Amino acid sequence: MPGTDSTILLLTELNALAAGFFLLTAFGLIATRQILACLKIFVIQAALLAASAFVLGYQNASGSLLLVGGITLAVKAVLIPWLLLGSLGNELRSRREISQVFNIPASLLISLVLVVFAYFVSVPLLGTAPGGAAAVNLPIGLAGLLLGAYAMTVRREAVPQVIAILSMENGAFFAGIAIAPDLPLIAELAVAFDVLIITRVMGVLIMKVHEHIGTTAVGEMAALKEE
Amino acid sequence: MAQKILFNVIQVLVVMAFAPLVKGVLNRLKERIQSRRGPSIFQPYFDIWKFFHKDEVVSEHSSWIFRIAPYIVFVTPIFVTLLIPVLTSYPLFFAFMADMLGGGFILALGGFFATLAAIDTANPYGPMGASRTRMVGFLAEPVFMIVFFTVSFVAGSTIPYIVQKHWVTPLANFFEPAHVLVMLSFLMLIIAETGSIPVDNPSGHFELAMVDESKGLEYSGQGAALMKWGGCMKFFVLLCIFLNVLVSPWGLAHGEAIGELVLAVPLVLAKILVFVLVLVVIESSLAKLRLFRIPEFLGAAFVTSVAAVITRLLQL
Repeated sequence: MPGTDSTILLLTELNALAAGFFLLTAFGLIATRQILACLKIFVIQAALLAASAFVLGYQNASGSLLLVGGITLAVKAVLIPWLLLGSLGNELRSRREISQVFNIPASLLISLVLVVFAYFVSVPLLGTAPGGAAAVNLPIGLAGLLLGAYAMTVRREAVPQVIAILSMENGAFFAGIAIAPDLPLIAELAVAFDVLIITRVMGVLIMKVHEHIGTTAVGEMAALKEE
Repeated sequence: MAQKILFNVIQVLVVMAFAPLVKGVLNRLKERIQSRRGPSIFQPYFDIWKFFHKDEVVSEHSSWIFRIAPYIVFVTPIFVTLLIPVLTSYPLFFAFMADMLGGGFILALGGFFATLAAIDTANPYGPMGASRTRMVGFLAEPVFMIVFFTVSFVAGSTIPYIVQKHWVTPLANFFEPAHVLVMLSFLMLIIAETGSIPVDNPSGHFELAMVDESKGLEYSGQGAALMKWGGCMKFFVLLCIFLNVLVSPWGLAHGEAIGELVLAVPLVLAKILVFVLVLVVIESSLAKLRLFRIPEFLGAAFVTSVAAVITRLLQL
């Protein structure tokens, strides 16, 4: 367990580093044009979430956080991509570009504003929470949540929208592991299975959409009825 | 005092002597990774030697700018060499003259005159390449500024020698998110500034697709040699700033002994070799971006650098 000051400092920096990359992957989900790249970035994001959970778990000597990290890694970095690839493999591997409502530089600038907003929102919140890791994880988790919501809004493809929802969930978790390190394990497990089921249901839904209109570019579904 | 001047001169000589070698190794490795033999790693030296012995042709419609541009392109990296840590971890005689921002501006001056010279001859390809380089340049400028502000804010100084020490004392500083993100965005900046592959293809010979290369098309003889040598040195200096100040402040001479300085040369070259390997892998695994996708690439660099600021500045 953490002994000297320098170990604690190193662990704090490692957690902050995971947080920095987490923020970067959240941007990446908005800036990529290919569906498969989107999924890869999501896997990296989940791995970073797990890394942060491991570091915090080691730092606080909290077994449940270590378990959370393990579950995250198993469910989000392995199972969900596997499920998505299994049910929507052809769509994921198609090389077409995802269209967006805004162009990518504009999207990036808007997401920067969102991140700054997340920081300003979390300042009053942090007044009551324990210090340390929460000061890093809360604003960045909140930013991940907002960026996921933004990506879901502007994307015109079904699969990236699903990935955006899952990344919102990542963001919420990223903040959660620092604010409530002793979250009951049952809640974690429930969330993990929820996410799996969400992915499954959405996969089926997207397959149905694909069957009906021949594409998953849901942005084109503007009319209520087919002409 | 006299020794520090001597060391400074040695530093400049090292940059002048090894800059073409780095370019040669880079070209050779790029060809090797495509399973071709590639030119000798000393090819840039042969090229420069050959150009110096050729006649020079200067268009009679060009002005004095065209004639002095090669000298400015050649001299500006040397000036920057005087300021930055190439071989030593302590400031040398001329290092007081400017900080990192000053170094950046001196390098930009060379690029500015190269652009002017390309427009000067009114060769149709020159101005096209020049305007494209400016486009990349003005998009890279905000990234450079934010990287610079972050670095000097985190380290509390704009002097490269102090910044460099900050990252490793204590070692935990190295893993600071601001540092790693700044490294990433500076890497993207180097790729854009040196015209490497996602932004520009330096080995392409198709004038319409050139970004950086077409600026030097009009030069021949001595002018071409100076432009080429200056370009190599600019690349070398950028790598030195990136590696010695930001990424790996190890392997530099700490003491005043001449032996340490000599030992630092292979160590720095080894670091550069490792980085060149990384650059070759990046260049070989990516495709060149379409011209109007370059803003997206630099936009990503910008966002990375702003993320570095955010994780640091707004930390409570």
